[in-house]
Amino acid sequence: MSTNSEIEERAPRRRTWRDVDLRAVAPFAALILLLIIGALVNPNFIGLTNLANVATRSAFIAIIAVGATFVISSGDLDLSVGSMVAFVASLMILFMNSGAIADPSLMLVAAMVLAVVIGGACGLLNGLITTLGRIEPFIATLGTMGIYRGLTTWLSQGGAITLQSSELQALYRPAYFGNVLGVPVPILIILLVTAIAAFVLYRTRYGRHVVAVGSSREVARYSGIAVDRVRTIAFVIQGLCVAVAVLLYVPRLGSTSATTGILWELQAITAVVVGGTALKGGAGRVWGTICGAFILELVGNIMLLSNFISEYLIGAIQGSIIIIAMLVQRSLTRKS
Amino acid sequence: MHKRLMGLAVATTMAFGTAYAQDTKTIGVSIPAADHGWTAGVVYHANRVAELLMKEHPGLNVIVKTSPDPATQANALQDLEIQGIDALVILPTDPDPLVNAIKEVKGKGTFVSIVDRAPSTNDSSVRDLYIAGNNGALGEVAGKYIAANTPDAEVVVIRGLPIPIDQERQDGFDKGIAGSNVKVLDRQFGNWNRDDAFKVMQDYLTKHPKIDVVWCQDDDMAVGVLQAIEQAGRTDIKYVIGGAGSKDMIKKVIDGDKMFPVNVLYPPSMVATAMELTAAALYDQVPVHGTYTLDATLITPENAKAYYFPDSPF
Repeated sequence: MSTNSEIEERAPRRRTWRDVDLRAVAPFAALILLLIIGALVNPNFIGLTNLANVATRSAFIAIIAVGATFVISSGDLDLSVGSMVAFVASLMILFMNSGAIADPSLMLVAAMVLAVVIGGACGLLNGLITTLGRIEPFIATLGTMGIYRGLTTWLSQGGAITLQSSELQALYRPAYFGNVLGVPVPILIILLVTAIAAFVLYRTRYGRHVVAVGSSREVARYSGIAVDRVRTIAFVIQGLCVAVAVLLYVPRLGSTSATTGILWELQAITAVVVGGTALKGGAGRVWGTICGAFILELVGNIMLLSNFISEYLIGAIQGSIIIIAMLVQRSLTRKS
Repeated sequence: MHKRLMGLAVATTMAFGTAYAQDTKTIGVSIPAADHGWTAGVVYHANRVAELLMKEHPGLNVIVKTSPDPATQANALQDLEIQGIDALVILPTDPDPLVNAIKEVKGKGTFVSIVDRAPSTNDSSVRDLYIAGNNGALGEVAGKYIAANTPDAEVVVIRGLPIPIDQERQDGFDKGIAGSNVKVLDRQFGNWNRDDAFKVMQDYLTKHPKIDVVWCQDDDMAVGVLQAIEQAGRTDIKYVIGGAGSKDMIKKVIDGDKMFPVNVLYPPSMVATAMELTAAALYDQVPVHGTYTLDATLITPENAKAYYFPDSPF
């Protein structure tokens, strides 16, 4: 205790600067390392088209992982996000196929609003089961994971749900494939979502409450923070992020199946952790999360572009690279 | 010939309908639950043909049960047995764990037909009839088509998952293109998943400046492949070959889509073939015991309509 306060008294400023900065920089250092490796592996790798492809593709996991940053920072976990993507996307497509609204643009807007509402509701359900029901988030969201996946399989009768109207498809396609001033739309959406999330997490009272709840629930409770409300809202944010990911997912293939979004929850959690957020909660790094999602996608891309790695070994090498990326981060953090 | 025999048998049954009215028979059909496109097709065709058979044979009862895993399917077999079945048609979720349960049914004198997935000992002690598609031929037919139509093609291959079925398809493909100038540029796994296939295709397009043909051996993956090609705006790719026979892809063949000129059949409706043959064994006194391998038929615009089921989920 005394040493702690001593350090804080002696150089409070320098300590915060070093601590925050190096930890935040670490994932980006790993990213740069990967970019260099990639460029050595295949000259096409560093081309703008390829990097834009990879960044665009990482959008789903990145945006979901931004939501997961909130849930994990507040000391919870959400395993249902992959199934939730499939469920929300399926309902959205079914709504568009129903032809409830004749005007295509109006229909599209309504469908997007519907997706956001359903995503938020799914998140709220997760939150309420966890907080009101007092069930461990791991179990609660494992349960809803099964529910969302099962409902999707039932809706599609095991097959695929495909957007029927070609007019709607043409109208919606630019949301994934379009670009503004040369920057693909999904990349802009990632930046927008992350900027908003960073503002909420770092600049608002709610954001500070999330971190406080994640650090110690007891302390937070005695400090007068409505712990359950903070946690539930984090799950709702997660649901909204899933909905935004769906808004980008549907225009890509215009279709979902029972296997849509399988294992995405693990990728999202990995992205969060690679980005520097501790799995035990109490700290969130939104920009690091984005970087983590990009790293995950890059690793797969580099493997595929290389000519010398057997297709059977890809999983093993992906695993190793993630561990190495984490070690690079750790060593950088320790030096501080 | 076979059809005529069946027709004759049906006519006979109808003529003596009253006499046979008391002679009720039951066929139990045990299949995997619809957890992806192909099994969804299995469920659809099993129910479709169950109705046809019951119409054809008054007094015949066909019970279709779906199970998500081997343990549940073993229970389902017991349930069927208790209801008293004369014949069992089973597409096992996983054949080896179910062998004993199947033998149990067979031991009671029930006629047993196994579909698609064979146990390691696949002989007359386990089943009376075995019917399956041909994974090797699925690859070979695609390979031969490419070799015949684009003899100097540079091909990229998207594989499924590293399991034996996938390997059989790859070996068949290599046999199909053997001796031709067709060159395989790359083989990577797309996990029989649309999104993964989209990624792999995007990376292929980055990696290889010129690609003539994509063989992705699965219609689900073809969805992702076609989208990736469209996005890249590349015009060097002549066509894509999938496999299995999903309604969306067969529709493309019917419509004469240049990017998807043909498809190779690995039909989920093979369960229906087994049901028809089993009914024939019960009613028509025709010899049906044995092993049947369905061709991996090349679906072209000429024959595509025969394999097009717009109401099927797959």
